[in-house]
Amino acid sequence: MRQKLLFGLCVAAAWLVVADLAVILLVLPDEAAQGAIYRIIFFHVPAAWTAFLGFFLALAASVLFLVTKNLRYDGLAVAVTETGLAFGAANLVTGMIWGRVIWGIWWTWDARLTSMLVCWLLYAGYLMLRHAVEEPTQRAKVSAVFSIFAFADVPIVFFSIKWWRTQHPQPVVWGGGTMDPSMWNMLFLNWVPLLLLFAALATLRMRQEQAQREIDALRRHAHAL
Amino acid sequence: MDSTNFTFLAYGLIAAWLILFAYVAALASRERRIERELESLRQILKEK
Repeated sequence: MRQKLLFGLCVAAAWLVVADLAVILLVLPDEAAQGAIYRIIFFHVPAAWTAFLGFFLALAASVLFLVTKNLRYDGLAVAVTETGLAFGAANLVTGMIWGRVIWGIWWTWDARLTSMLVCWLLYAGYLMLRHAVEEPTQRAKVSAVFSIFAFADVPIVFFSIKWWRTQHPQPVVWGGGTMDPSMWNMLFLNWVPLLLLFAALATLRMRQEQAQREIDALRRHAHAL
Repeated sequence: MDSTNFTFLAYGLIAAWLILFAYVAALASRERRIERELESLRQILKEK
């Protein structure tokens, strides 16, 4: 049943992506100053939102783990962090390609770009930390604390363009940036398939974490015999 | 559509989806490893 649900989520996401791509590439006009490349925003921004959603869920799951000591929350935290990292990487790479065309450079040590890269590296560090601690409860506790600290960078990424003078454009949501309503709608419409994909991948990853715990338990049992 | 910009747009879209597909492939490979491991452990316990 769960397998069918995951498959359904992926199919719905794929169908929506194709439908959205058709509108993005064939219906929406070029932007007056940027030309065709502005269309990258329809993946760049929703990918960032999805990554931050993952990091926020990881924060909530980490707090819940520390309160309840239930390892299921640890499984949820690692699942949403890992999936969020994949979307964060897509956000960084699409941003670099946009920067190459608009700024003429692949990368600049601008406050927004740097804080996002630091955020990505922090969560990558979270995954590496998990490999370093053997004992499951200890690993869950240490990673939950790390995840809570790592989340401190998320508001810095968001507010970096307000706090410091940066090259990055002002945000179109809760910022100085503006967009045509048709483009604005597409930004949210294209977030839907990414959210569906995020839900499917995070669920699958969480199930794997559960299976890994089962493997650890069986190993201990086999060892005791 | 501006053709130079379009090339970079294509790179961007391809790169974004390649990253997500690479993650899906990593998840699929981990799923197979976990299933194999779980099966062999169950087998060992059954034999004991």
